[in-house]
Amino acid sequence: MGDQAATGTKTPGSGPSGSSRGARTMRAKARPADRIFKGLSTGSAASIMVILAGVALFLIIQAVPAIFADWQNNPDLNTGPTGGYASFWTYVGPLIWGTLFASAIALVIGAPIAIGIALFISHYAPRRLAGILGYLVDLLAAVPSIVFGLWGIIVIRPFLLPLSDWLNTYLGWIPLFGGQVSTTGSTILAGAVVLAVMILPIITSISREIFLQTPRLHEEAALALGATKWEMIKLAVFPYGRSGVISATLLGLGRALGETMAIALIISPAILVSVRMLTEGENSQTIAANIALNFPIATTLQREALIGTGLLLFVISLAVNMLARVIASRAGAGTKRKRQKINAQLPPSDPSTVLAVDDVLARKAAKSHAEGADDEEPEIDKEEREGKDA
Amino acid sequence: MSATISPSRQPSGRVANALTSGQLPRFVEWYVLGGSLALSAALLLLMGFNIAGWLVLTAVIYLLALGILSSVVENRRKATDRVIRGLVTVAFLLALAPLISTLITVVANGIGSINWNFITQTSSSVFNADTLEVTTQVGAWQAIVGTLIITGIAALISIPIGILTAIYLVEYAQPKQWMARTVTFLVDVMTGIPSIVAGLFAFSLFSLIVGPKAFSGFSASIALAVLMIPIVVRSCEEMLRLVPGDLREASYALGVSKFSTITKIVLPTAIAGIVTGVMLAIARVIGETAPIFMAASFTDNFNANPFDGPMQTLPVMAYTGYKFPGQDIAASNASAWGAALLLVILVVILNLIARVVAKVFAPKGSR
Repeated sequence: MGDQAATGTKTPGSGPSGSSRGARTMRAKARPADRIFKGLSTGSAASIMVILAGVALFLIIQAVPAIFADWQNNPDLNTGPTGGYASFWTYVGPLIWGTLFASAIALVIGAPIAIGIALFISHYAPRRLAGILGYLVDLLAAVPSIVFGLWGIIVIRPFLLPLSDWLNTYLGWIPLFGGQVSTTGSTILAGAVVLAVMILPIITSISREIFLQTPRLHEEAALALGATKWEMIKLAVFPYGRSGVISATLLGLGRALGETMAIALIISPAILVSVRMLTEGENSQTIAANIALNFPIATTLQREALIGTGLLLFVISLAVNMLARVIASRAGAGTKRKRQKINAQLPPSDPSTVLAVDDVLARKAAKSHAEGADDEEPEIDKEEREGKDA
Repeated sequence: MSATISPSRQPSGRVANALTSGQLPRFVEWYVLGGSLALSAALLLLMGFNIAGWLVLTAVIYLLALGILSSVVENRRKATDRVIRGLVTVAFLLALAPLISTLITVVANGIGSINWNFITQTSSSVFNADTLEVTTQVGAWQAIVGTLIITGIAALISIPIGILTAIYLVEYAQPKQWMARTVTFLVDVMTGIPSIVAGLFAFSLFSLIVGPKAFSGFSASIALAVLMIPIVVRSCEEMLRLVPGDLREASYALGVSKFSTITKIVLPTAIAGIVTGVMLAIARVIGETAPIFMAASFTDNFNANPFDGPMQTLPVMAYTGYKFPGQDIAASNASAWGAALLLVILVVILNLIARVVAKVFAPKGSR
C-alpha cells in the first residue's frame, strides 16, 4: 500500500492500474519528461539526416540549370568568368585537375613531415614534454585559414623565390619545374606549401595517437632482440599503425581539397590543365578558390554554374573521406582499455581530430576484442610464474 | 677443494670498456650540432648571411656529419638510427617554424592598426565640408559585431542539436540499430564537407526562399552550423562515453528515471569535456572565411540585423581588405591585418577559456 502511494504521488495522472503494473514488472515508468526528452534527442539525430540530405538536395537543385544549359549560346554563360567553354564539363575539368594537383603537392610536402612529427612526439621526445609539444602542433589547427593565407602572401611567396629560381635553372627539364619562372611568387607551389602547413596538424595528431597505441610488448620484444630504435619502429610501430596513418593522410587530403582561402589569396590562377608549379600564368585553378574569386561578380546563371562545381567538390571530398574511413576500419589490433586511459589523460585539444582517432581506435578495439591479443599475454606470464613456484 | 681463489691479475694500464667501446661519446649530438652551426655560419658569411639558409645548411651538415661519424666509429645500423633521429627532430622543428612565423607576422603587421578607434568605429567615408576632403575612417566595429552575431546564432543552433544527438547516440540508441549507425556515418560525412560547400548550401537555400540577393547574416549562421554540428556531436559523444557505466547503473538502481539520470548524473559528470569541446568548435568556425563570404557577402556598413542584408565579419574583412582593396591600398591592407590580429586574439581567448574550463570543472574524485 505504501508503495502504491509513493508511485501515485510521483505520477498523479497515471492512476492505480499504472502503479500496480509497475510493481509487478519492476519497470521504471516513463514520465512525460522522459518521453519528451527521448523524442527531442531522437529528433536531433534525425535532423542530422535532414540537414545532410538538404545540403545535397539544394546544391543539386541550384546546379542543374547550369549543368544542362547550352554554354555556347546562352548569353549569360558565354561571357564573364564562364565565357569560352563548350559545356559545364569542359569548364569543370581543369578545375578538378587543379584541385587534385594542388592537394597532391601539399600532401607530398606535408605528409612525410607530419608523420615525422608524430614519431618525434610519440617515440623520441622526452615523456614530460610530449604533451606540450603535441599541443603546440595542435595550435596550428586553431589558426584561422585566412591568417595562413595572409601569412602565405607576405612570408611564403618571397621565401620560395630563390628556391623556385634554383629549381627552374637546374631541374627545368622536368615539366613540373619548367616554364617562365614567376617573379612575384604567386605560384601553385607557394599555395601548396601553405596547404601543407594547414594539413600538418590533422595528420600529425591522428598518427601520433595511433603510434602511441602500439603494444608495449611488441616494442620491447624488438628492443630485446637488439634492434636500434629506428629498427624497432620499422618492426613494431609502422606495421601496427599503417592503416591508421594512411587514413590520416587521406583525411588530410580531404581537408586540402576543400581549402579555399590560402589558394584564392596566394596563387594567380588560370583555368587550364598544367603541371607547372613555378610559373605566373600557368597555375591550375582549384574549384574552391575559383568559386570564392568569381562568386561576387557572377550573374545568376553563372552562380549556378559555380554551385555546380561546388557540388562536384562535395562529391570528391566525400569520396576521399569515405575511403579514409573504410581503410581505418580495416585497422589491426589494439585495446579499448588503453584507449580510454589515454583519452582520460589528455583532453582532446582539437575536436575534429578526436573523431577520426576515435573512429580508427574504436574499430581496432572491436577487432582486438575478438582476438584478445594484448590482454592475454600478462596472464600467461603469471600462470608460468605460479607454475614455477609450485 | 681445488676451487681456490686465484689472485686476480690487475690489468696493466687502461683497458677498453667492452660496454662503451665502439660507441660515440654521450653528448656527441650536441658537439656535432655546435660544430655544424659554426661551420655553416662560416660558409654563409663568405656567400652572404641569412637566417633561413643558416638553419637549413646547419641541418644538412649536422645529418651528414653525424651519419659519417657514426658509420665510421660505430656501424651502419647505428648510423641510420642516429640520422633518422635527427630527421625526425628536424621535421618537428620545421612544423614549429610556420606556427611561430605566422604569429609573429600577424602581430607585427596587425599591431600597428589596432587601437581603440579601430575597435569601436565603423569603416566609413567622412566628408569634411570645410576642406572639401573625403577622409576614410578605418574601423572594425561592424566586423566584430557581425562575427559575434553570426557565430552566436550558429552556436545557438548547433549546440542543442549537437548535444542532443550525442545523447541519443550514447544513451538511447542500440549500437546495432540502423538509425544509430546511419547517424554516426552521416556525422562522419558531415565533418568532410568543405567549408565553401557549406556556404554554397546556405546561399542556395536562401536564394530559393528569399530570391537572388539572398545575403544575410542568418544564412551565414546556417552555413557555420552545418560545419559546427558534427564537431560538437563527436566531442560530446566522446565525453559522454567516458562517463562510467557504474554511475548510470547506480542511478537506475535507485529508481531514478532515465531523463533525471541523464540530466542529473551523466551531463554534470561530463560537463567539463562538453564545454571544452563546444568552445573549441566555436573557435574553429569563428575563423571560417569562405562560407561567410558566400552567404553573408561583405559590406562596410554597420548592420546588426542578421535577417536582412550583407553583414561584415572579421575573417571576410581580412580577405576583402587584401583581395578587393579600396582606393587606398595600404590602408585596406593595414585594416586586413588588424582584422586578422583581432581574429587570432578571439581564437586564443576561446582556446584559453576551453582550457580553463577543462581544468576548473574537471570531475573531482578518483580520476
